[in-house]
Amino acid sequence: MYIVKRILTMLLTIWVITTLTFIIMHSIPGDPFASDADVLPEEVLANMRAKFNLDEPLPVQYVLYLKDLAQFDLGPSIQSETRDVNTLIADGFPASAVLGLQSLVIALVFGLLLGIIAALNHNGILDYASMGFAILGISIPSFILAPLLINYFAVDWGMFPVASWGTWQHTILPSVALATAPLAIVARFMRSSMLEVMNQNYIKTADAKGLAITGIVIKHGIRNALIPVISFIGPLAAFLLTGTFVIEKIFAIPGIGKYFVDSIFNRDFPVILGTTIFFSTILIVTLFLVDISYRIVDPRIKLSSKGE
Amino acid sequence: MSRLLEVNDLKVSFKTYGGEVKAVRGVDFHIDQGEVLAIVGESGCGKSVTAQSIMGLLPKKVSMIKGGSVTFNGEEILGLPKKKMQKLKGSEIGLISQDPMTSLNPTMRIGSQIAEAIKKHTNYSKSQVYARVIELLHLVGIPNPEKRYKQYPHELSGGMRQRVLIAMALSCEPKLLIADEPTTALDVTIQAQILDLLKDIQKRLDTSIILITHDLGVVAEVAQRVAVMYAGVVIESGEVEEIFEAPKHPYTWGLLHSVPKYEKGNHEKSRLVPIEGSPPDLFAPPVGCPFAARCEYAMEICVDQMPDVTKSSPTHSARCWLNDSQAPSVKDFVAAGGER
Ligand SMILES: Nc1ncnc2c1ncn2[C@@H]1O[C@H](COP(=O)(O)OP(=O)(O)O)[C@@H](O)[C@H]1O
Ligand code: SF4
Ligand SMILES: [Mg+2]
Repeated sequence: MYIVKRILTMLLTIWVITTLTFIIMHSIPGDPFASDADVLPEEVLANMRAKFNLDEPLPVQYVLYLKDLAQFDLGPSIQSETRDVNTLIADGFPASAVLGLQSLVIALVFGLLLGIIAALNHNGILDYASMGFAILGISIPSFILAPLLINYFAVDWGMFPVASWGTWQHTILPSVALATAPLAIVARFMRSSMLEVMNQNYIKTADAKGLAITGIVIKHGIRNALIPVISFIGPLAAFLLTGTFVIEKIFAIPGIGKYFVDSIFNRDFPVILGTTIFFSTILIVTLFLVDISYRIVDPRIKLSSKGE
Repeated sequence: MSRLLEVNDLKVSFKTYGGEVKAVRGVDFHIDQGEVLAIVGESGCGKSVTAQSIMGLLPKKVSMIKGGSVTFNGEEILGLPKKKMQKLKGSEIGLISQDPMTSLNPTMRIGSQIAEAIKKHTNYSKSQVYARVIELLHLVGIPNPEKRYKQYPHELSGGMRQRVLIAMALSCEPKLLIADEPTTALDVTIQAQILDLLKDIQKRLDTSIILITHDLGVVAEVAQRVAVMYAGVVIESGEVEEIFEAPKHPYTWGLLHSVPKYEKGNHEKSRLVPIEGSPPDLFAPPVGCPFAARCEYAMEICVDQMPDVTKSSPTHSARCWLNDSQAPSVKDFVAAGGER
């Protein structure tokens, strides 16, 4: 019952986002054919507008778009004559997905580890070292970190390719550049969560049972400390998805970000709408999965209960 | 009866931003096999810190054991290596903590939490461990043990959680059970049930129990001996009858006046007289008697010098200058202890 409710809400959310994007997109000034207006005769332009339904009144365009959307058809691209929006996404998304997921894994695995180590060495050298690193990681933006990484690891030491995409080696530097800031944030978050948990009475209870410290940390500490951190994975995924745009540009990665940015400058309406809906869907699904895992880890929340 | 645990001149301090908190400043007591000893005193007098020192549960970074000794079965256990202490904790000495609501892991089934201790200290098979947990849940009066086994702490009431914690502490049949205010956080009716359970267990398993409480009413019901603590020191200790009928310390008199009077057959509650004032600052505890600032019998020497321990019977001792052979008159305050 809960799942059904959630899925309906998700569909509703996607519809609202589609509608808002549609309205905002058409209220900013600009015309997809602005650059062609000088060279092409008026009749040709009119034909092209008709092809993309742009001659229809907006409400009609809106309904036509929703009809296609319901069949998972995101329509043709105005800029690209050969590829429609579905193809653009299918072409660009794999690279973006690899980049985003790999960064997410790096950020979570190393962030959690760092946070746990720091907490267990509270006020010790390892604590200060990891938190110093975390502050650096948070304050250096990825568009500065990326060129630095390229300069040392690719150009000077030749350990990785400078740019482009293809083999697994190509994915390392961009993933690291993208993951550093979220890794640092996860580490700080996990540290404070872990510190709080290790001060709880039930940790004393476990200690009084005579359990060894590693058992206490793993079975009683980490699991409970993870709960608040899980709720942070949703926004983190959002950050990594949008963050890819900059990194894709710097490393010349054929991801989806390029199409999204170009489409806005070109007023390529179907691409703007299509990519926005696509990204929102991914986000909404991610949040849903996070919510489910939250409920699995924390028995106090039941799948049958309402939201928060 | 053989001596099970002996605490001698235990001193514990905490490092804080404000300086050193001298929480326990020389505590002495002992407990024999099969005995129930009550440790009584106002909140903040160092009862929990004493219990945690015995169990080696003090937060390592901020606490300092400044001196003293704790012997268990004749063996010194203060400062025992971690591994050896882990063997003792949960198997020889069990602890029931003050707050049942927060002392269970919220994301772990209660059965597994009890099983953990058994697995640690025995080499039982899986099914033996399970059977033992069910047996323990039965023992502490939890109905439907098979069903409860799978539940999480939030599905249990406070009283039930305390029963689970008791089951956990008893899981390996410890010789000594330390119950740190086991009923403070519970409803009055539940309090009585938990006390009855502890009494019952003590009889059935012959476990020695250190019952920490600030409630003298509880003491009279359960304990054979009492140690009264004030500002990190045991100021009086003795058999229950000695403490209730012939108390030798003005603080104990105050405590007796501040609880409904315990008398068989007397159901009328006497007037409650709280002790005025508050305990001394533990950052800079007084050099003399810690109770001097609140004591209506305080003399000059009380402020200058910590009173020695005086014995009025082989089992009854107190730290108060009034018991000194040179003190003015002893009769007056014996009377004062009875009726005011
Ligand atoms: N971790 C700690 N850091 C600093 N002071 C502490 C700490 N734990 C206990 N204390 C102090 O030790 C004193 C005794 O505390 P406690 O033993 O808990 O009292 P109670 O008799 O109520 O159980 C109190 O003054 C308390 O403030
Ligand atoms: S020593 Fe002095 S101040 Fe302390 S309790 Fe006895 S009479 Fe009171
Ligand atoms: Mg306490």
